[in-house]
Amino acid sequence: MAKKLGLKERYALMTRGLDWEPSYQPLDKLFPYDSYEGIVIKDWDAWADPFRLTMDAYWKYQAEKERKLYAILDAFQQNNGQLNLSDARYLSAVKLWLQGVTPLEYAAHRGFAHAGRAFRGAGARIACQMQSIDELRHAQTQLHAFSHYNKFFSGFHNFAHMRDRAWYLSIPKSFFEDAMTAGPFEFVTSISFAFEYVLTNLLFMPFVSGAAYNGDMATTTFGFSAQSDESRHMTLGLEVVKFMLEQHEDNVPIVQAWLDKWFWRGYRLLGLVGTMMDYMLPKKVMSWQEAWGIYWEENGVALFHDLARYGIRLPKHHEVAAKEKNRLTHEMWTVLYQYGNALGLHTWVPNDEELDWMSEKYGELFTSMYRPRLLHLRELEQRGERFFNNRLPMVCQVCQIPVFYTEPDDPHVQCVRIVEAAGTKHHCCSDGCADIFNREPMKYVQALIPPQQIYRGEAGGARDIFEYGAWLHLERDVDTGEYRGSPDQRHWQAWQQQHKATPADAA
Amino acid sequence: MADKVFIALQNNADAQPIIEAILADNPEAVPQESPGMVKIDCPWRLVVRRESIEARIGREFDLQELHVHLISLGGNLDEDDDQFTLAWTR
Repeated sequence: MAKKLGLKERYALMTRGLDWEPSYQPLDKLFPYDSYEGIVIKDWDAWADPFRLTMDAYWKYQAEKERKLYAILDAFQQNNGQLNLSDARYLSAVKLWLQGVTPLEYAAHRGFAHAGRAFRGAGARIACQMQSIDELRHAQTQLHAFSHYNKFFSGFHNFAHMRDRAWYLSIPKSFFEDAMTAGPFEFVTSISFAFEYVLTNLLFMPFVSGAAYNGDMATTTFGFSAQSDESRHMTLGLEVVKFMLEQHEDNVPIVQAWLDKWFWRGYRLLGLVGTMMDYMLPKKVMSWQEAWGIYWEENGVALFHDLARYGIRLPKHHEVAAKEKNRLTHEMWTVLYQYGNALGLHTWVPNDEELDWMSEKYGELFTSMYRPRLLHLRELEQRGERFFNNRLPMVCQVCQIPVFYTEPDDPHVQCVRIVEAAGTKHHCCSDGCADIFNREPMKYVQALIPPQQIYRGEAGGARDIFEYGAWLHLERDVDTGEYRGSPDQRHWQAWQQQHKATPADAA
Repeated sequence: MADKVFIALQNNADAQPIIEAILADNPEAVPQESPGMVKIDCPWRLVVRRESIEARIGREFDLQELHVHLISLGGNLDEDDDQFTLAWTR
């Protein structure tokens, strides 16, 4: 019998070995999009997937992951797993995931299908094809996992409709649409490298581990199952970045500019993830500040040290992220809390035990600034005057997050940057977003800004926040608003009592 | 300070012999458990060896089976039939 081929030989045969030289059309006409960004590639054959995964092995292992995942989802559903959650408040994080993250998975599926078509190297095309299929799997498994919660809790009923209409979901949506309207090299750099390698560990590791700690077996299982695909995506991301840097020195400044841009866009998006960790997990695993320390300051920075040999430096404004790490989530939660009438999830003031945890984790700044503010909001609520802003915020022209973050060197001063293009002034939330705007102003002037559109009557003619909520298909004080007193909370308490009752108690 | 590579695995029964093999083959590796997962950090370089896993599970092991239990990694990866290496350039 012939000796079994080694991994490296199999990979060569099953990727480049299956490719062919076209004879009817020149390569430049077949692959029109892989040169206009200015990236110079001298030798596509120098591309190698370090995992050396071939399509046959891909199907085999993905099928095994799916079997494991669906066995667990079945068990979770059949055994009323929702009753074992730490608290129904936890579900606000899951709602935000469904509304904000799951549509990104689907967008990534489309984006990688497009990028895969665009590259003339067979190795890169196959890696993009696998990632495209992975991302579709992630969207589907998340929808399956969350559909169980839709039977019991509010806010899970209309994610696709909300994705297109909700002002706060334009934060993740604009991130991906920015990437998908870039060229294929920038797209892969933005998603596989900057987002997946540098940043998604923060969502899929500490947050998903938090889901496990809060009893959400469904999210834990799809989360880790998805992240095992992400390790392949990260490897693709690092490979594409190293490949570009090795191919030609002219690529270095282009790649650096993309890393600067996409680090900042990804970091801004992760403000939502940090807030899920610090505020929406009733049982905490680690704080945003600690997670940022491990996954960016240790692991992410190590990666940039490695890239220094190519002339790559740390992304611009990384020091701003370090200055903001002890306040990012507290500022974001205050925004979500006050705009709660226009969100498809609940908000609340943390309880005393949680405030103590935050004081311990975040120290003096939290205790002197944010804790008194949260206590003030609690006092208003107890007086029956729960604070809602009931207007829509001014949002950043780039990241679409409300302009509420504070100056990097002064947490008492709101940070606003005004940029100008085509005779119009626009607002940005930070120097990072202003730099992104100024690099491609004619791209960002085209962004539709939800609050402006809503006030122009483009939201079904809604005249106030409640009509706008109805246009999102959100039922007032059921899907939106304060957690305390919500149907989710009332049901949860009743089910917990029922769940704990034993025949002896009942007698 | 040494830059660390890492590998994170699901903390399930199938992954235990893999975790043991990694810790035995990489004396500087430090495991960190959190709910549902184990993250193993190691300065500069970490190797997962097929033979070490096979010695523990008593059957043949294809290193690509790692994909089923893998959560995440950090480092430049090189994989062949016998080992899976993560490393940063010093």
